[in-house]
Amino acid sequence: MTRYVALSYYDRNQYWDALPEAEFAPEYTEFARRATEAGVMRGGEALHPVTMSTTITVSGGKGGDILLVDGPYAEAKEVLGGYFLLEVADLDEAIAWAAQNPGSWRGKIELRPIAPIHA
Amino acid sequence: MNASDTLAEVLRSEGVRVLATLARTIGDLAVAEDALSEATITALDTWPRTGIPDNPRAWLAVVARRKALDLLRRESARSAKETAAFRWGTEAAADQIEEAIEAMEPETSLRDDMLRLIFTCCHPALGREAQVALSLRTLARLEVPAIARAFLVPEATMAKRLVRVRSKIATARIPYAIPSDAELPGRLAAVLAVVYLIATEAHAPTGGDAVARVDLEAEAIRLARLLAGLMPDEPETVSLLALLLLTSARTSARTDADGNPVTLADQDRTRWSRAAIAEGSAWLSEAVNRSGGVAGSYQIQAHLAAAHSTAPSWQETDWDRIVGLYDLLGSITANPVVALNRAIAVTERDGPEAGLAALKVIAGLEYSHLWHAALADNLRRLGHPSEAAGELHTAVTLAPSQAEQRLLQDRLRAVRSELR
Repeated sequence: MTRYVALSYYDRNQYWDALPEAEFAPEYTEFARRATEAGVMRGGEALHPVTMSTTITVSGGKGGDILLVDGPYAEAKEVLGGYFLLEVADLDEAIAWAAQNPGSWRGKIELRPIAPIHA
Repeated sequence: MNASDTLAEVLRSEGVRVLATLARTIGDLAVAEDALSEATITALDTWPRTGIPDNPRAWLAVVARRKALDLLRRESARSAKETAAFRWGTEAAADQIEEAIEAMEPETSLRDDMLRLIFTCCHPALGREAQVALSLRTLARLEVPAIARAFLVPEATMAKRLVRVRSKIATARIPYAIPSDAELPGRLAAVLAVVYLIATEAHAPTGGDAVARVDLEAEAIRLARLLAGLMPDEPETVSLLALLLLTSARTSARTDADGNPVTLADQDRTRWSRAAIAEGSAWLSEAVNRSGGVAGSYQIQAHLAAAHSTAPSWQETDWDRIVGLYDLLGSITANPVVALNRAIAVTERDGPEAGLAALKVIAGLEYSHLWHAALADNLRRLGHPSEAAGELHTAVTLAPSQAEQRLLQDRLRAVRSELR
């Protein structure tokens, strides 16, 4: 089994105007229910808008000054709006699930395989 | 074919089959590739002395499997974690070849492995550039320097690209699988597009000085042959092979003795390969029989190539049929280049006035040297050499290769001489 984080990107303006808590929230809930029942969902959340975000950089390497930027890292047209974790056999299966999440038609979903970190 | 060509050919055609099965058995394409590379080196070292074995595939399979086990063992020793692939293995000794021949995968299972390999190399999660590079390396067994040369990139760049692609397949877990029936049409279209792209690159190389790169054309035909052999019931697969063969028949006539390009209108048709035309036409009839009357885009293009191949001269070409085929093609793929070729055929059928009108309504080819050259041709025929020269001048600046620039410059000179 491979774990993927599905990152949901939305148009910056669209995301501000309509948060996932809005009227289409049931679509997301329904997806989460089905994916959980199928045993492929390993959690996920929606994110507050980028106006709430803070970007952190430690300058000059470990222990250096903590630099903060009010807002997201990049001035991109699209912003990260939420994520969920999938645990499935392969990429085709992950794609099939991601294509059922409303984020894939309201915005875009990027699938990234998770690199496990061993403690 | 001399002895070393035969040996290389056996290694390439059997190598891809060994790879296809090995990748499934050990579950790792990158390791299978490395193992096959090592096995190939061993064969190149051994076969010239011993002669090519009676069953080269079994020989390669045994050696490649042993190399794969060595690689996996080294890897598992490093990570101290026993991998599933390692548990599978028992070391095969060289004298177990007889046994391996008996145990060899039956043809049906080999066919499935080949399809798995093909669909993995052309998986939609890989970019088109990556699919092309991987197909040439993995399926056509072309060496990295040759692929780099073909695409005019440094060898290190091509090597890096291949490493990245293979590691994406492993890390993102692109499955080694044949697509489901529902997915197959789209996935097959992607595979055919890769082969078509390789052929296109062969015919209209971007940059460089060559008019056509025969090596890439041969690779595209090789891949198309492989696909047609594996999927004989898919009409578009067979049509693509027909198209590439029919087009390749003209390759040697596309350049003159000095290496300058010669357009279809001016080609010496006695230099066309009768053998390639005959084989391409035979595959085209096969495709027509399979398609049940619904021609796909490759089949229509093959019909177009056949219509040109069987015409005694440019003037005696069946332009009505060609315009009709372009109409059909345009109805399934709205593509300005199709409209351009249709307009060129309209000029021949109905005259420059109609041709010019057909060209002027095409949008999106402002940066195509071919569009400007076609405009120039019609303007010249209508007796407007000064406007024609203007279009040709634009065409020269837009031409993607030096060979095409020279051809257009010659035309520009000819038109300018009409001005005086």
